[in-house]
Amino acid sequence: MADVNRGDRPLSPHLQIYKWPLNMAMSILHRITGAGLGVTGVLVTWWFLALATSPEYFETANAVMTSWFGDLALFLSLIAIWFHYVNGIRHLVWDTGSSFGKKRVRQSGIIGLISAAILVVITIVVA
Amino acid sequence: MSYITNRKRAEGLGSAKAGTQHFWHQRVTAIALLFLVPMFIFPFAYNLGDGYDAVRAAYAHPINAIVAIAFLATAWLHFFQGIQVVIEDYVHGRMELVLIIAMRLLAALFALVGVFAILKIALGA
Repeated sequence: MADVNRGDRPLSPHLQIYKWPLNMAMSILHRITGAGLGVTGVLVTWWFLALATSPEYFETANAVMTSWFGDLALFLSLIAIWFHYVNGIRHLVWDTGSSFGKKRVRQSGIIGLISAAILVVITIVVA
Repeated sequence: MSYITNRKRAEGLGSAKAGTQHFWHQRVTAIALLFLVPMFIFPFAYNLGDGYDAVRAAYAHPINAIVAIAFLATAWLHFFQGIQVVIEDYVHGRMELVLIIAMRLLAALFALVGVFAILKIALGA
């Protein structure tokens, strides 16, 4: 029968109730970094357009990219892209049906975070 | 009582349109980016901050130009593929359709701009 008490029943625990396992945070971060990198893409594409247009236009775009705002945006983007890159590799491995165990997922998560951090440092050192 | 067959009742109602095609294509661009991200990001980070002439010369080099074109085109496609899934998960109804079409057009536009810009630099026009 239809529930006559609809809307007045206790709700099952939702997101804010649970202690976030590492992988839950990394999963949503994958989406956030992916969407955020779209903004980086706009900046970088615009910078190339300016480079192709004229020295004066490049001056403007380059000034934005190397300002404190640009530095901050690109630093965050650097973290985002390497995180998304490493976490994407985890997803590709999962797509083969492997490494789904609770322990393995946590392990690969920690290894992934460390690898992403190393890649960020390497990029900054090389550049 | 209906005389319609089970098959006739189900036809056209299920998903089974593009099937796993979207998922599959997203994996292909992901694997391409596995190579293209490091190939693009290091020269880019290295050149960023240099003057107009130096950066222009760097991206006029065929290898840098080819990598940058491949990266920008693939990255924008991968971005669209990913953002479509995110939109499908969180937005419903007409707004879902509007956002997906808008994102597809924007991603295509930015891919075009990026590819055109680097071609122009590389071909020295």
